[in-house]
Amino acid sequence: MGVKKNIIGYTPAINNIPHEEFKDNATLEKLIEELNEGGVNVVVAPLDRLINLGRSHSMWPLTFATSCCGIEFMAVAAARYDMARFGFEITRNSPRQADVILVNGTITTKMAPVLKRLYDQMADPKYVIAIGGCAISGGPFTKSYHVVKGVDKILPVDVYCPGCPPRPESFLYAMMQLQRKVRVEHFFGRVNKHQKDPYAEQMSKLNKELLNMQEKA
Amino acid sequence: MSNQINPQIVAAAELHATLASLKAEGYDFLEVLTGVDWGEEGLGVVYSLTKTATGEMTHVKSVCADKENPYLDSVCDLWAVAGIYEREAYDFYGIKFLNNPDCRRVFLREDWIGYPFRKDYDESQNPEFFLESEPISDKAVCFTLNEDGKVKKTETPIFGENDYVVNIGPQHPSTHGVLHFRTSLEGETVTKIDAHMGYIHRGIEKLSEGYTYPQCLGLTDRMDYLGAMQTRHALCMCVEQAMGIEVSERVQVIRTIMDELQRIDSHILFFSCLAQDLGATTAFLYGFRDREEILKIFEKTCGGRLILNYNMIGGVAHDLHPDFVKDVHRLIDEVIPHGLKEYHEIFTGNVIFQTRAKGVGVLSKDDVISYGCTGGTGRAAGWHCDLRKLRPYAAYDRVKFNEITFENGDSLDRYMVRLKEIEESCDIIRQLIDNIPEGPIQEKMKPIIKVPEGTYYSAVEGSRGILGVYLESKGDKTPYRLHYRSTGLPLVNVMDKACRGHLLADLITIGGTIDYIIPDVDR
Repeated sequence: MGVKKNIIGYTPAINNIPHEEFKDNATLEKLIEELNEGGVNVVVAPLDRLINLGRSHSMWPLTFATSCCGIEFMAVAAARYDMARFGFEITRNSPRQADVILVNGTITTKMAPVLKRLYDQMADPKYVIAIGGCAISGGPFTKSYHVVKGVDKILPVDVYCPGCPPRPESFLYAMMQLQRKVRVEHFFGRVNKHQKDPYAEQMSKLNKELLNMQEKA
Repeated sequence: MSNQINPQIVAAAELHATLASLKAEGYDFLEVLTGVDWGEEGLGVVYSLTKTATGEMTHVKSVCADKENPYLDSVCDLWAVAGIYEREAYDFYGIKFLNNPDCRRVFLREDWIGYPFRKDYDESQNPEFFLESEPISDKAVCFTLNEDGKVKKTETPIFGENDYVVNIGPQHPSTHGVLHFRTSLEGETVTKIDAHMGYIHRGIEKLSEGYTYPQCLGLTDRMDYLGAMQTRHALCMCVEQAMGIEVSERVQVIRTIMDELQRIDSHILFFSCLAQDLGATTAFLYGFRDREEILKIFEKTCGGRLILNYNMIGGVAHDLHPDFVKDVHRLIDEVIPHGLKEYHEIFTGNVIFQTRAKGVGVLSKDDVISYGCTGGTGRAAGWHCDLRKLRPYAAYDRVKFNEITFENGDSLDRYMVRLKEIEESCDIIRQLIDNIPEGPIQEKMKPIIKVPEGTYYSAVEGSRGILGVYLESKGDKTPYRLHYRSTGLPLVNVMDKACRGHLLADLITIGGTIDYIIPDVDR
């Protein structure tokens, strides 16, 4: 045992603990118990859980709305429904500062590239909620010549929230579903998102061209 | 009262002269311009003109038989609003308007193939969606007629070579939706605005041509979602009058009350959003707090908060909720007066707002008539354009209210018009709420609704202007052509005029007070 039983007068020096000791859960739990008894506030948990706790309770949505659902989204942000209660503190006007994009409303053919670019501009980790019938499948406008039949054709969608428009309670429910999803993520050791770098192909092409030019020169 | 119209047919060659003489006769307001594909007969346009003094209307129709290369004379020298209407007709039908200085596409992408509103349009020509950015040309297109009778296309640059152009939108929190302004600046002063629309164009008018009349109703609420009641009212009224159905007194009164509640709702949201855009977050929260009270009333009776689906052809969907009268009394006697007092205290008198709004974005009376800016924007400039007074419908002929008008036509007046109209709307409701007549809420209708052959036009006063419905029927269960006079399209069009010479920051104030709703503009 590399840890003294009497904790008084002990100065922790983590280097002193052999590596194997970290795998010895029983000893660690015992140590925590002793520490807690001595009035020291210590909690042991995976760091993932702490990160997820923080991340899921400070999801800042992008101010993005194309039509009706956007007005309901404003109502969700206003005093009566107040999404700040759940950690969606304020909306951000720049995609660079936003964590989640709520696709409020119909996405048309003309809007699709704009939405795609907005999503690409957001910093990882980023999430998408499809709000309302239009964003899910085209909704009442499925037969139209100018409407994208579901935003999931362009973006990877995390949560779908049906309704036309959904009630503010549905908004909150959808956003809390996303929080649940975030809380089971692993920050260390695993990749959460499998999004391809949208510019990878373009960049490799450009690089090759550059190399060719250099060779020629 | 029938709303059938018999447009006077004018040969394409005499179109400009006829319209000019009509304008000289006093028809000084081009209310709506509707492109139509009449199949064998050819493509054409129906111009609906109004005398601003009396509200009297006349309609002129012109057809170009050559479907391959259709063209008509532009009338944008007579009415400024014609410019944008003609662009719309060009976008949807491919009708070229000669001498219109800027005849580009307005809603669809510039690389779009075909004209979608033509009856023989093939949808497979365009991909389902594009992922590459839209090509935006820097050149305005103008069509002119050569001496040998061929249409010549000339391109002129929109901006000067050394202009500094800033893009505002399509994703911008203060454009009230997805709207794209290409703004050229001289220092911080706006010199020109080139508005791009169509980011939420869903082709509602084309969709309606494949839907039955009750199905069409479902799409109306989703155009101007802050005037859901009024838009639906307009279409129901148009179909009812065309079929010769008289709805009961009870329905008329209910519709009037609902329209006014919707107007209050819309104006409160206008106030909230304007305050938010100018940086006053508390005022935004105050507005939304009071708006929820109206939504509660709607929810009890209609079941919906925003999209209400309440008006039906021949009546309304449900009877009033037992609490309706009590709730409305509480709203108009307690909530709204208290709210308005607070709005004035917290925002109207604020020196920052006063300085940012007074004298900013002035539109004269001639401007608003020429640009077709109805609603609060028109009335702020002193134009008496309220349809509730000019051509009363529903129960507006039996209530007394004032038409709010101002003189200056600046942002402050446009703001004040709307806040005053909230009071007037409360007054209208107060006169009706206590004696809602008894009667059926729904007339007996046939299971399949067919409108007799003909052309019809009805209009209501929406939350932000005249909302017209042009309906052409061939006697089928679906409309042959359904066109809505968008309240917002002329308002977006006037932004260039209103913002020139003002600072970039004033663009937000002007856009906020002009109060357009983009899904209503794009349809």
